[in-house]
Amino acid sequence: MNQLIKEIEAKQLKEQPPEVRVGDTVKVETIIQEGKKERSQYFEGLIIAISGTGVNKTFRVRRIFQGIGIERTFLLHSPKIRKIKVIRSGKTRRAKLYYLRSRIGTKATRLKTIQNAAMANKSAKKAAKVKDDAKAKPEATPNTEAEKAAE
Amino acid sequence: MDQKELGLLATKEGMTQIFDENGFVIPVTVIKIAENVVTDIKTADRDGYTSVQIGAFETKEKLLNKPEIGKFKKNGTKLFKKLIEFRTEEAADMAIGDEVNTEEFFKDLEKVNITGVSVGKGFQGFVKAHNGHIGRRSHGSKSKRQIGSLGAGTTPSRVLPGKRMPTMLGNEVVTIEKVKVVSYDAEKRVLLVRGPVPGKAGAELKIKAFGAKAWNHKNKRKLALEAA
Repeated sequence: MNQLIKEIEAKQLKEQPPEVRVGDTVKVETIIQEGKKERSQYFEGLIIAISGTGVNKTFRVRRIFQGIGIERTFLLHSPKIRKIKVIRSGKTRRAKLYYLRSRIGTKATRLKTIQNAAMANKSAKKAAKVKDDAKAKPEATPNTEAEKAAE
Repeated sequence: MDQKELGLLATKEGMTQIFDENGFVIPVTVIKIAENVVTDIKTADRDGYTSVQIGAFETKEKLLNKPEIGKFKKNGTKLFKKLIEFRTEEAADMAIGDEVNTEEFFKDLEKVNITGVSVGKGFQGFVKAHNGHIGRRSHGSKSKRQIGSLGAGTTPSRVLPGKRMPTMLGNEVVTIEKVKVVSYDAEKRVLLVRGPVPGKAGAELKIKAFGAKAWNHKNKRKLALEAA
């Protein structure tokens, strides 16, 4: 891509884009301007597709409301999105979950939840923490020993 | 003399999108403003009218002919591929070799007119070229994308001039008016305008301020009438 355009787009991107994956059940908080007041609106559903790159990266959220499927596409880097909360992660075998559109009832949104993924995430974080702690400990122990010795 | 009376030469870099202060998406075209240098100043005494000639897009000597090179050398400017002239009301207070002040040009400027060569589409059929109706695709239809009747029969027994037919489409000079300026970065010489402009990425464009006095024939006559 053109270098100039890259530079312009780089300014528009979020520094830490929210991490979402296809199959995640998410709650998206968007800002709505009403006159001078700001209000939050929530949209909860399943991410069935992620497409585009750069500023144009979007994710599509599907939810079933009163028996009717509703889909909404969000720009990942939009400043209107305040927060995306991942409620559940599902196990998927394809990148686009359009086949869910032809499903009715509870099957429509049911995916095998990856407990592993959620757990994996958590355990990864834990592992990272443990590592950090482990790093921190060796420094701490000599001190305590030194202190003990001093005592 | 106001810089806005002049115009600028630029290249189209491509399109992208940005978020405005309210978080809405604006589709923008990225335009790189070329180095616009005054190559000649025409005066009423010498030429019978006043104008400023501007050159842009530096080029090699072998790509120009002798008279062109001679002129550039006489004026002591760089060699330019493109020259363009803008009529001014009074004799310009600029000198040969001066650069057009783009910062001043885009200051408080909300809308511009952009001229360029549109994307060439080649020889196109009636339907695409003139927005014609298409025929039936099934049931043995023999007029899927046909032009249809060319006119009456025995009288006038010819096709009337101006009848719309398949033709070359695009690749012509187009001016789009009142293009909104989103932002201008004087340091990087990058202009962002809302929406599309003619041509593909890399195309040369001419930018004029919208509402700047067009020193053409019509306007001159109108002004003369007003003065009288």
